[in-house]
Order: sequence, then structure tokens, then C-alpha cells
Amino acid sequence: MLRFFLYRVALLIPTFIGVSIVAFAFIRLLPGDPIMLLAGERGMSAERYQELQAVYGFDRPYLVQYFDYAWGILQGDFGQSIVTKRPVLEEFFTLFPATIELSLCAIILAVGIGIPAGVLAAVKRGSWLDQTIMGAALTGYSMPIFWWGLLLIIFFSGTLGWTPVSGRISLLYYFEPVTGFMLIDSLLSGQAGAFKSAVSHLILPTVVLATIPLAVIARQTRSAMLEVLGEDYVRTARSKGLAPRRVIGLHALRNALIPVVTTIGLQVGVLLAGAILTETIFSWPGIGKWMVDSVFKRDYAVVQGGLLLIASLIMIVNLLVDVLYGLINPRIRK
Amino acid sequence: MALLEIENLSVTFATSGGEFRAVDEVSLVCDRGEILSIVGESGSGKSVSMLALMGLLPWTATVTADTMRFDGRDILSMSDRQRREIIGRDIAMIFQEPMSSLNPCFTVGFQIGETLRVHLGMGRAERRERSIELLKLVGIPAPEKRLSQFPHQLSGGMSQRVMIAMALACNPKLLIADEPTTALDVTIQAQILDLLIGLQKKNDMGLILITHDMGVVAETAERVQVQYAGQKVEEQRVRELFDDPHHPYTQALLSALPERATRHGRLPSIPGVVPGQGDRPAGCLFSPRCRFATDLCRQTVERQGPEFGYALCNYPLKEGVPTGHPGVPELESAR
Ligand SMILES: Nc1ncnc2c1ncn2[C@@H]1O[C@H](COP(=O)(O)OP(=O)(O)O)[C@@H](O)[C@H]1O
Ligand code: SF4
Ligand SMILES: [Mg+2]
Repeated sequence: MLRFFLYRVALLIPTFIGVSIVAFAFIRLLPGDPIMLLAGERGMSAERYQELQAVYGFDRPYLVQYFDYAWGILQGDFGQSIVTKRPVLEEFFTLFPATIELSLCAIILAVGIGIPAGVLAAVKRGSWLDQTIMGAALTGYSMPIFWWGLLLIIFFSGTLGWTPVSGRISLLYYFEPVTGFMLIDSLLSGQAGAFKSAVSHLILPTVVLATIPLAVIARQTRSAMLEVLGEDYVRTARSKGLAPRRVIGLHALRNALIPVVTTIGLQVGVLLAGAILTETIFSWPGIGKWMVDSVFKRDYAVVQGGLLLIASLIMIVNLLVDVLYGLINPRIRK
Repeated sequence: MALLEIENLSVTFATSGGEFRAVDEVSLVCDRGEILSIVGESGSGKSVSMLALMGLLPWTATVTADTMRFDGRDILSMSDRQRREIIGRDIAMIFQEPMSSLNPCFTVGFQIGETLRVHLGMGRAERRERSIELLKLVGIPAPEKRLSQFPHQLSGGMSQRVMIAMALACNPKLLIADEPTTALDVTIQAQILDLLIGLQKKNDMGLILITHDMGVVAETAERVQVQYAGQKVEEQRVRELFDDPHHPYTQALLSALPERATRHGRLPSIPGVVPGQGDRPAGCLFSPRCRFATDLCRQTVERQGPEFGYALCNYPLKEGVPTGHPGVPELESAR
């Protein structure tokens, strides 16, 4: 287990280097110039442009720029935003909790509904319930997020007026962030109605973001359960006179979860990609929206650093999932 | 009254190709302290009939019987919950594939202890003590260590011992062993059989031993019933059955035994296979493979009385000769 873990950690290094190169190249391949965009409508004299290029180091060869950038990262310096002039790392950690909060809520929703739905569909295989669940999952799976988000906004925020359209909490409330998680901070603030407002802001983005992972998890759970339910050990469990709830919920599900956990791990990448869209739709001040804004402004340092940090996050989560996989599968655990 | 009485048990599966009768009016009796063997080739409905008793068949199965009584209680009229109280406690079952019959995600200790908790409500310490005792009983060395092991760390023979320990957890009155040695190495087979017989004697259990191997029957059972294509074709005490089989199928099974095959110089297997769904003939189901089959056999078949071991045959054998068969001389020459 330890060897397996160390091996996986060692594997992070080449991946990290690869991602840093891709992130570096990606933003430079896009047409557009950060300094011209900064100048905006007014434009800028040629001398001033040269001067700024030198200030930001954009006049040097790409290779030099890359190694300069890589050297900085090795020292924990991700550079600073050309737009806000704040360090990238600082901006990242300011916005990160918002994304985490949204993603966590989405994954909890996806797992919390996806697994029971998949189990139910498998147990009632072929019934109308199975067909309804799987039909819904197929629809959810192929749902274009942007369109789905807008649809929900139009219906729940527009027609019904139940939920707010954007942001994390109503402007009526203000308090200093403590944990960065609005649900917790709003409770800590002690302001009446703050928590309720935070929840109402969170609901629609969570639903939108959870939709695809939920569908994938439900389908994967169903097929894993179907396979496991035919196994000899499930018959053994029943032959012991155990209640069906225990046979299905413990003996079968425990085995079915092994492939499902891998799926959930893979969904984290999908989730963060989805977060970019979802945050844009709901003006959710997280790193997804931050990335999109920065790409439009060609904020090189932010895009490079942000992509690298997001990629690292995905890699770490996948590593944790692998460890978890080892823990729940006795055949791997040593 | 016997411990287990089953009369005219039938099991029909609803399949995409229509109805399939896997078990057809099988009756059996097994008492405490008795070993009953059910023998027949693969596909004879041995497993299905016992799974029907345990209530472990899928919902596609329809189970009917005139009587199904265990320990004086009518199983047919029981609710699922009532039946679950008996299953695993008073009737236990072990299976053909010990390795895949244990849950790979749970330790040996957990899987044995679970039965003790569910049926006997034992606490943690008590369960541990009893589990160790059970593992010792089935001849597993260093039982304390085994408790924390997972099934993939056990060999096939060891897994079957664990399965037996689990089955014996609540001192069942009846143990059903469905081909318990088929998947094991030859050397281990005898050990497991001896263990089962020893435990059966010691606990005064009823034991239903399912096998396709007449050799196993010879060594273990007291009474045998032979099953073919879902039907009981003969029933006798072991000695008598080996001395004088009344059904041609039994005779064929016996001559397929390695020691007899060499003596008679015959091939150690019966040509053909057990008819499954779709290729069941009219009349006697064994007729396509029977060397005594006549036109009458292909139309109808009659159950004989106790003097012929209730053989389901028109021409039951007596010392190898088919009683009342029209073409005996011709057969004599064929020998
Ligand atoms: N769930 C099922 N659905 C349909 N047919 C089945 C099912 N289980 C068993 N059968 C059929 O019932 C017959 C008897 O099977 P079985 O009792 O397993 O035979 P065996 O004597 O080898 O134990 C076989 O032809 C098998 O294909
Ligand atoms: S009834 Fe006829 S075919 Fe069937 S076993 Fe007897 S002799 Fe053979
Ligand atoms: Mg079988």
C-alpha cells in the first residue's frame, strides 16, 4: 500500500510538468495581446507598448519565459495578475472556497441521489421504476449544462421567483469571511436570514453542476449492482437468512461500490470543468469564473497558474480516490 | 414425522423461450442423523430443488409442492420473514464454489459472526469465541489469525471449511451440501467429505448431499435418490442401489465409475447430455440415451413400486435385466 502510494505520488511530477507546459502554451496560442487588452479602447503609443512588454517580460523568447515561470513556481511564486496586480496564489485562495463549496455540495448531491437511484434501478430491474430512473439518467447525462442552467433560472428564478439569479448571498448581508464557505460563514455571522439566503443562492448552481455526475454515478451503480447481485456470495448472504435490506445494502453494495468509487473520482475532473460553466451562468465568484474572465483578458499569469493549480487539484483528488479504492478493496490492500 | 418432508415439488422458470420445468414432482424425505444423497448429472435440477426449499430462487421461478414441511412446520405457508428465521439457523446450505461463495469484502470473522448476531443475538466477545470454536471444529489451524483474514487469502479447501463453519454456526438441524467438493482438488475432496460426515454424526444433523459423482455416494450416503432432467428416477439404500440398480440411468451412472468402467471395458461416460429447455422428448426423458428404449418409452413412462426403487421406467432392471422388455435377446447379443 505504501509503495503503491509513493509510486502514485512520484507519477505526479511528470504530470505536473506536462500540465505546466500545456498551460503556458495554451494561453499564448490564443490570438490577442494582454497589454493591448489592458489599454482598452484608448490604445497606446508604440514606445509605451515596448516599455510594458519589457516590464512584464513578454519581449523575451518563449523558452526563457517558460523557465522563468517554472523557476518561480518551484519557489512557490505563481506570478501576479496583470489586471488586479495581486499575486495569483492569493487570488486563487480567495476564490477557491466558493468553488469548493459548490463542488462539494454538487458531489454530495450526485452521490447521495445517484447511488440509491442506481441501487433501486438494479434491484427493480426492468420495472417502470428502473426505466424511469435510467431514462432520467440518460437525459441528465446528455444535458447541455449551459442550456440546462438557463432553463432552471428562467423557471425557478423567473417564473416562480423562488431563487436568486446570481451570486453567493444577498447583498443585504455582509460579513468578513472566516472559512470562505458561505454556508458556514453565514451561520457564524449570526445575521438573521443570512444562512437561508446562502442556501437559496446555492441550490440552482448545485443542481446544475450535479446533473451529469449524478447521471453517470446512477448508471454506473446500476450496472455494478446488477453484476454483483448475480454473484455467489450474494446467494450465500441470503442463505444465512439475512433481511433483503442487509443483503443488498451491505453485501452487494459494498462490492458494487468498488467500481463506483473510481467513477466518482473521475467525475471530479468533469465537475471542475462543469464548475467553469456553472459559475459563469450564475456569476458565482469561484475559480471557474475567474479562469474564464482571465482568458478573456489574456491574463497570462492567472491562466497559467490557475490551470496548473486546478490540474494539481484534480491529480490530488484522483490520488485520494485511488487510496480510497485500495482501502475499500481488500484484494489491493496489503 | 421426518425432519424434512417434500412431496411433489415442482419448479418452473419463466424464460424468454417460454416455461421451463427444471424440477418435476420430486419428493424426498430426510430425517435427523440421516444422510440422503441426491445424485444426477449436471442439469438434473438438484440445485434448483434445494434452492426452492431455501427460498433462494429468483422471481422468475414458480415453486409448487403438495407438501413442504420442515420440523413439523409448513414452509409453503410461511411468510418471507418467518422463513428467514429458519434459513441459516435450522437449515443451512453450502455451495459448489467455496471461493466465490464468500464475500470478498468482509473478513472471515465478520461473515461467521454475522449469522451468530442475526439469529442468536450474540454480542461481540461471544461471537468471537464461538467463531474460533467453529473454525477449530472444521479443522482450521490458528483460528484467531483466520478471523481477520479476507477470502482471497484462503485456498479453496480452506474457504469450504469456512463455509461449513458458517453453516454450522447455529447448530442447524439440516445441512444441505450442494456438490461441496466438486470444485476442489482431489486430495482435498476426501478431507472435506470426511469432515462433513464427522460433523453430521457429531451434531446428529440431517445431511442432504448433492453430487454428480457416484463414488462420493458410495462412501458417504445411506440413502440415495437419483435425479434426471428434473425428475426423480430411482430411490434406494446405497448398498442395494450399487448391487442392483433398477433404472437404466442409475446403471449407466454406476458403469461410468472408473473402477467399474475398467472392469466392463466401457467408456466412462454416458453418451449424450441431459435434455434442457426445448429438447425434452415425449414419454421417458431418458429415452434418447437409453439402450433399452422402445416405442412405448417414447410415448409414455410409468412409475414402479418400492420393489423397483420407485423407478420411473417401463422396464425396470432386475439384476441388470429389463423386466418385461420385448427385445431382451437382441440386447443380450449387443453386450
Ligand atoms: N434461474 C434459472 N432460470 C432458468 N433456468 C434455470 C435457472 N436456474 C437453473 N435453470 C435450469 O434448471 C435446470 C436444472 O439446473 P440445476 O438445478 O442447477 O442442475 P444441477 O442438477 O446441475 O444442480 C438446468 O437446465 C438449468 O439450466
Ligand atoms: S422407460 Fe424406456 S427409455 Fe426410459 S429408462 Fe426405462 S427403458 Fe429406458
Ligand atoms: Mg448444481
